[in-house]
Amino acid sequence: MTEPFVHDLAPARPPTIPGLGRPLRDHEMVISMGPQHPSTHGVLRLELVVDGEIVVDVIPHMGYLHRCFEKHCEHMANYQQVIPYVDRMDYVAAMNMEFGYVVAAEKLLGIRVPERVEYIRVIMAELSRIVSHLIAIGTYGMDIGAFTPFLYCMRDREHVLDIFERACGARLLYNYMWVGGLSHDVPVDFAERVKAFCRYFRPNIKELNDLLSHNKIFIERTANVGVLPQEVAINYACSGPILRGSGVKWDLRKNDPYSVYDRFDFDIPVGRGEHGTVGDCWDRYMVRVREMEQCLNIIEQAVDQLPEGNVQEAIPKRVRPPKGELYLRTESPKGELGYYLVSDGTPSPFRVKVKSPCFVNLSALPAISRGAMIADIVAILGSIDIVLGEVDR
Amino acid sequence: MKEFLLEALSNEILVYSLMAIVPLLWVIPFALFAVWWERKISAHMQDRLGPMRTGSWHGWAQTIADILKLIQKEDIIASAADRRLFKLAPYVVFAGSYATYAAIPFSSAYVGSELNIGIFYIIAVSSIVVIGLLMAGWASNNKWSLLGAMRSAAQIVSYEVPVALSILAVIMVAGTLDMQAINEAQSGPFWNWFVFQKFPFLFFGAAIYIVSSLAEVNRTPFDIPEAESELVGGYHTEYGGMRFALLFLSEYANMFAVSAVATTLFFGGWNSPLGDVLSGPWWGAFWFLSKGMAFIFVQMWLRWTLPRLRVDQLMYVAWKVMIPFSFVVMFGVGLWIMLAS
Amino acid sequence: MIQQEIHEILAATFPEAILGATLEGVHDPSVQVAPDHIVEVARFLRDDDRFQFDTLMCLSGMDFTGGKLGVVYHLHSIAKSHKLTLKIEVPVEDPRCQSVESVWKTANWHEREAYDLIGVVFDGHPDLRRILLPYDWDGHPLRKDYQVPEFYNGMKVPY
Repeated sequence: MTEPFVHDLAPARPPTIPGLGRPLRDHEMVISMGPQHPSTHGVLRLELVVDGEIVVDVIPHMGYLHRCFEKHCEHMANYQQVIPYVDRMDYVAAMNMEFGYVVAAEKLLGIRVPERVEYIRVIMAELSRIVSHLIAIGTYGMDIGAFTPFLYCMRDREHVLDIFERACGARLLYNYMWVGGLSHDVPVDFAERVKAFCRYFRPNIKELNDLLSHNKIFIERTANVGVLPQEVAINYACSGPILRGSGVKWDLRKNDPYSVYDRFDFDIPVGRGEHGTVGDCWDRYMVRVREMEQCLNIIEQAVDQLPEGNVQEAIPKRVRPPKGELYLRTESPKGELGYYLVSDGTPSPFRVKVKSPCFVNLSALPAISRGAMIADIVAILGSIDIVLGEVDR
Repeated sequence: MKEFLLEALSNEILVYSLMAIVPLLWVIPFALFAVWWERKISAHMQDRLGPMRTGSWHGWAQTIADILKLIQKEDIIASAADRRLFKLAPYVVFAGSYATYAAIPFSSAYVGSELNIGIFYIIAVSSIVVIGLLMAGWASNNKWSLLGAMRSAAQIVSYEVPVALSILAVIMVAGTLDMQAINEAQSGPFWNWFVFQKFPFLFFGAAIYIVSSLAEVNRTPFDIPEAESELVGGYHTEYGGMRFALLFLSEYANMFAVSAVATTLFFGGWNSPLGDVLSGPWWGAFWFLSKGMAFIFVQMWLRWTLPRLRVDQLMYVAWKVMIPFSFVVMFGVGLWIMLAS
Repeated sequence: MIQQEIHEILAATFPEAILGATLEGVHDPSVQVAPDHIVEVARFLRDDDRFQFDTLMCLSGMDFTGGKLGVVYHLHSIAKSHKLTLKIEVPVEDPRCQSVESVWKTANWHEREAYDLIGVVFDGHPDLRRILLPYDWDGHPLRKDYQVPEFYNGMKVPY
């Protein structure tokens, strides 16, 4: 019996693609939406296994921005020194990162902060949420091909960054919320400026809706794309606008309140599948737009109720933290941000583990993008809204 | 103009070469101006300023500075790229765009070549651009460029059908393929323009032509082949320096060519909108160029307003929306002509 | 409290899996589970009607000094609004435990991160590779006794 003829010209293929779990079939191709790409919102490598234009699988590779945050925390002299590192995780919404950390650290150390500090923290966190959503919406429009809304969002963001700069001197990475208080009190014209911004920004949301949200081409690109069913979202522990876009009315500010959020009256927008299926990209995008309006409501109420006080009176000079551990979660613009702090009685933290919402939300990407087209991957990734600083820490 | 030059120089080859260069004298300054204009238009639509400093007034020398920079760049060709095709591709694209200018009358006194099948020649020769784009995408040896080139080929070839069908409606009304004759048939005040004839059929024909020509030149909302946020650069990802400048120049040349065809076929070409007032060979050139620039402005306006269509939605629009409507236009016009005679 | 109730029911249902609990005087009451029984406990907690722990909030690898590594699971129920913490301890010489990826899909990446940074190996994980560090990195950095390597692929590491 003759040996079967082995074609010499057949190229050697790797036996298995890691992450895919099987070798490539003949009609499939691997494209790398590589670390440098205009739409991956940072350095993220998406390995796409495609069959023509249809994506068979998405294998994300991350770690390009890993800066060893957790290891650094273990070598800090005390809990205050961690805060600049915390800023740099989700650098787009740094106030929310700080907020989560200081609330967790204060609970662990048993510190109560004055009311004024709580209100200012809420105002800053909500302004930061608006900033983060503006970036998400602007870059999402740019990914879909509409270049103009991005610049309108940046223009509006500049007003908020001016407010931040007047309060703490920095536009992007603040080091403002300290364990026990704030680094500076707000300037004297803070309340008027914040109110002026709210008055200025509300009509701009309507302009954004007219330009982008209800544009027929935008709806066609995003409706029925990347549908994330409710059970899948909960099993993947998705949170934030992703979970609310799939129809689950869950927001930590209402369902598990921290700080003074239970004193404000605001609504939780939820995806309803107005232009397609519940849980598609348009729903997630629209949840963000509507959340910005609710943020304005919270800010206006907080500014009206802002009490007097000394923002630095509760900042501890020298702390001997009790032994213990704590997991506390807060609502950041990207989702549920969790801090797991472990203290062994020494002044420096024993373990600081960050449960990053972008990391968890990104893990759902392969599940919802099988069968989509390459252009849809860009749309789905944009609707998940990741910041690589937080994914990689 | 040809007769004037023939009398002056009496060397036929020289005369024909000069006639062929005249559109280049328009296209190159126009491309330099259009890049600056696009940056200014996009800037003002986006609530910012655009180039302000290069040159003294509103950065008018910006494109010149860009060209000087591009000329100085190192000519990098990827080692695994197909060198001959890679180098040839920009020239093929430019040749395809520029060859259409042969049959476009800039004024009653100038048309590059008096073809009595003018518009048919234009449709045919503008398809060479597709070959150039495919060469660019293939020769780059880059998966993303290849995807961009394949999408571009599919898009341009599909949208040629509604373009041709809407042009066919105009030809039925004009009765001739000769571009100068089509221009002369629209002489008089602006209601003689073909866009207002056989109302509403040619009006929709003009709309179909304008939208489909956007797809022919790869402009948003049909700019999938060079979709920046998806494919980095599509077919021109690997090109840098003067090769990239040539591809860019041919894109603007192509934009003006389709605007010029739209002007000639539907909006009166070099005819003045006021009939005999402000008409003549030089005024004709002025009217023609102004109408062309108005269409360029509309194309730029749309680019910065609309998102882009996904490639399968683009094909859907071509085959299931544009083509049926252009058939309706064509049958409507044909029926009208038949019943009127 | 609900965690007390959960501990009693778990100790009754899986007697050899539950090794203890810390319920009083802590911010987060926790239950200690044996490493090779975690999957059945997790599945029971997710599917039982009284508990419905449908979300794994966080899965953290830990280096409890003294030759012990571990994993801490923070569970939450959206339906019932209660929380629970599970802890497991494994020896550093043989840091294996079961993977709960089949119960909560979110554990996939969290376990990869725990493997990457602490070195706990999860049996039954479909794709246990490093996630944050380069795929050919040596060592598990978040351990307390980690030494930074001198060279990585010919590049000097400490600077």
